[in-house]
Amino acid sequence: MSTALVETRGLKVHFPIRKSLFGAPGAMLRAVDDVSLSIAAGEVLGLVGESGSGKSTLGRAVMALERPTAGQVLFDSVDLASLDATALKPYRKRMQMVFQDPFSSLNPRMTVEESLALPLRFMAPDLGRAARRQRVEAALQRVGLGSSAVTRYPHEFSGGQRQRIGIARALIVEPDFIMADEPVSALDVSVQAQVLNLFARIQREMRLALLFVTHDLAVVGHVADRVAVMYLGRIVEIAETRQLFQQPRHPYTEALLSAAPDPVPGQGRARIRLEGEMPSPLSPPSGCPFRTRCRYAQTACAEIRPELQRLDGGHEVACLRNDLELTGALPAATLEERSRS
Amino acid sequence: MSARRLTVRDLSVAFRTEGQLVPVVHEVSFTLDAGETLAVVGESGSGKSVTSLAVMRLLPPPPRSALSGEILYHHDGQDLDLSRLSETRMRRIRGDRIAMIFQEPLTSLNPVLRVGQQITESIRCHRPVSAEEARRRAIELLDRVGITEPEARLDAYPHELSGGMRQRVMIAIALALEPDILIADEPTTALDVTVQAQILDLLRDIQEQSGMAILFITHNFGVVAEIADRTMVMYAGRVVEAGGAEAVLTRPMMPYTVGLMGSVPRIEWAGRHGEALGTIEGFVPDPAQMPAGCAFHPRCRHVRAGLCDQTVPVLEEASPAHSLRCLRWRELLEARR
Amino acid sequence: MTIASDGQSVGTAWWRGRALRRFARHRLAVTGTLLIVLLTLACVFGPLLLPYDELHIDLRARFSPPLTGDHYLGTDPLGRDLAARLLMAGRVSLLVGFAAMLLSTLIGVVIGIIAGYRGGWLGNALMRFTDAFLCFPQIFLLLALAAFIKPDPLMITIIIAATSWMEIARIVSAEIRSLRERDFVLAARMAGASHRWIMFRELLPNAIGAIIVAATLTVARAILIEAYISFLGYGIQPPLPSWGNMLNNAQQYLASAPWLAIIPGIAITLAVTSFNFIGDGLRDALDARSDLK
Repeated sequence: MSTALVETRGLKVHFPIRKSLFGAPGAMLRAVDDVSLSIAAGEVLGLVGESGSGKSTLGRAVMALERPTAGQVLFDSVDLASLDATALKPYRKRMQMVFQDPFSSLNPRMTVEESLALPLRFMAPDLGRAARRQRVEAALQRVGLGSSAVTRYPHEFSGGQRQRIGIARALIVEPDFIMADEPVSALDVSVQAQVLNLFARIQREMRLALLFVTHDLAVVGHVADRVAVMYLGRIVEIAETRQLFQQPRHPYTEALLSAAPDPVPGQGRARIRLEGEMPSPLSPPSGCPFRTRCRYAQTACAEIRPELQRLDGGHEVACLRNDLELTGALPAATLEERSRS
Repeated sequence: MSARRLTVRDLSVAFRTEGQLVPVVHEVSFTLDAGETLAVVGESGSGKSVTSLAVMRLLPPPPRSALSGEILYHHDGQDLDLSRLSETRMRRIRGDRIAMIFQEPLTSLNPVLRVGQQITESIRCHRPVSAEEARRRAIELLDRVGITEPEARLDAYPHELSGGMRQRVMIAIALALEPDILIADEPTTALDVTVQAQILDLLRDIQEQSGMAILFITHNFGVVAEIADRTMVMYAGRVVEAGGAEAVLTRPMMPYTVGLMGSVPRIEWAGRHGEALGTIEGFVPDPAQMPAGCAFHPRCRHVRAGLCDQTVPVLEEASPAHSLRCLRWRELLEARR
Repeated sequence: MTIASDGQSVGTAWWRGRALRRFARHRLAVTGTLLIVLLTLACVFGPLLLPYDELHIDLRARFSPPLTGDHYLGTDPLGRDLAARLLMAGRVSLLVGFAAMLLSTLIGVVIGIIAGYRGGWLGNALMRFTDAFLCFPQIFLLLALAAFIKPDPLMITIIIAATSWMEIARIVSAEIRSLRERDFVLAARMAGASHRWIMFRELLPNAIGAIIVAATLTVARAILIEAYISFLGYGIQPPLPSWGNMLNNAQQYLASAPWLAIIPGIAITLAVTSFNFIGDGLRDALDARSDLK
């Protein structure tokens, strides 16, 4: 059995969209629609999806910020939804979050020290002021910022530095798990690299479990041990990173890999263009949600909703067709790699 | 032999902040031919957006900004210097001969006007056509940019459309009068990767058919690889490397470009752990506090004291289609061999 | 390990410095500030420097126009020095205006924060309550209230405050509602912060800008309202002078001794417009913070 630190089982998060002020709920926004995945301690799971896929909502649900409509979110085998605010507190300490926008994730009216000391105030109230200051400085050092930052205000720092401060804040209570919601999307290319390296180093050093939510395939390929691909509220494929990129088993993954621009021109990768756009989560297509844009769709795809099925090597796919030969973004596994796995 | 559409020579732009004129673009020169795409690449603070706004004369009027240099638009055998045109004449060119699309269509489109109105408004501003004629053309354009059910979409408001469709509408407005030049400022940055691919295909397609020249501003090297014929890399307001897209991306020479290319995660490296990305130390300089000599020298790993911190490098040609701005490029090239 | 240089400051001075500089460039605002400072100083210290006490009755000198001998601004029907009366009245009017602002800001901020942060039915209820108050024509409400209670400065202050807090409540509620969605609030929740902490230590400091602007404009209105009701006879009662009741007394003499009305009128206008200019300047200075590159 898995030693999953974080696990979701049949998780659904649906938002009712009220048509009128007093009317009965109209349509349901199925942001997360039956998701089951797990993250082991010390593992990095990448969650990839486009806008409307529900990945941010899933991330928030895992952090117990959204109430599940159905299903469970388990942390260390405890169902978080069953806990009240007080019981949830010790768990909050073990899971922290890093946000996307470096410009709004820090309170502009608080110094860096005040912002960083905040989690300690509430989660380690026995620490005195001096002890807190020490931990703040240690956290800043860990992310590569000097201790002179403590008296400064967020607007005095660049985007990359602010993101580092945000990471320091997440680390200061020494959590076991971090949910990073598009942590590098708002950063410049060269700064992105610095922050990604920082994440990798810290994750290794502190043996953190990490849920890395992003829309950028190249980024996820670089940081994740395993990757889950999300479409319209459902996970359509999960696999170990290299396997996913080499041999995707779901048409959507294939299309994503194909569309991702690589900075080397003329690679000769077969370009698969998807028609149309993602349907609205208010009215997902019947059966398989991807069938409206899938080149391999058959009539059965409109009737039966595919569930995630386990293939060899931990590779899971939600597709009715198991006969597809899909193109990956990497050359096929060499004999050496195959023998290693 | 493609016709030259745009020649920009020594374009410099300065902004007035807190009483001082601070230069943000320094002597940028480039050309643009019909049917080709030039990608202007850089990070924030590189001056790439300001350059494009300068070409369109969309900068805040003096004294808040100062512009020098030549912006020659070659049209009908004439060479018009856009930097010296009156606002009235410039307005006739903007939208008609040179069009622009922006990053965030939600803010570039008027949220209270229907999409059809915005297209026809643009058409009727420049051509004496009737409302029906303009409407017909708008439907044609929406179809051309790949919007299904164009008749129905004409009456939609921008917020009723998805991001990809809004961007297509922007492109439709831009194309309405068949401009010679299209300036695209990060048009796909806010879009999903699959939609981005569609939009890039659309632009390439339109360019093939109409011979339009495209000035494409982006920070994403992958997009450059997809769409550009030539590219120029900007840093701290200057062009630091320019040439054919393939040459610059596969054989970068200027240390900044090399550093950038090394810091972009590649799909082909997926799943390989333990390899840190290359990084460039330091940060982009504040335009008001530009380092002496080469603007990149405080961050360059090949800096030589006494040279790089004193002399401002000029743009030199390493080969006919590849130029760069570095004082030590020859030595570094040798060292790499 | 790459150490990001922490030596770089994106801004050269602390944010307040920038806003101060921007305020200083707003000419009307600076003028307004100077006028208010001068007016306040005059009202506080002026009566000590003037030759006449405001209660001193000198029937021989009654109805003297301004600039006659010692009476710089003339005298009133009882021969009292108008300058002294004006400045003493100024103390009352300015004090009532300021105190009313403080009280109404306090009420408005508390209601606004709770309504904006909590949202849901409580927020809605509070906002509808605020709207209800706003529906009443303020003057009538004031007069009705004033008719029932003893019109001393304290009660007048309370009444004015009770009818001025709504604007601030709405502004604060709107600010809080938009700030509530920001990531740093979520981060505070993740840090285990209590609701009270988030409301008053995280959100409130970010709304201070809007509050200060609204408060400044509230002073202006409070001074004006005090003048209204005192003019109508329901506010500050003689012998305690206020600019409003000075106007009341001057009504019958408009043709014969116009300066009796003009002078307090100018004082009110100066005070109110100065505060309005200050409010405008503050709004520009604090808003422009968002175009920090």
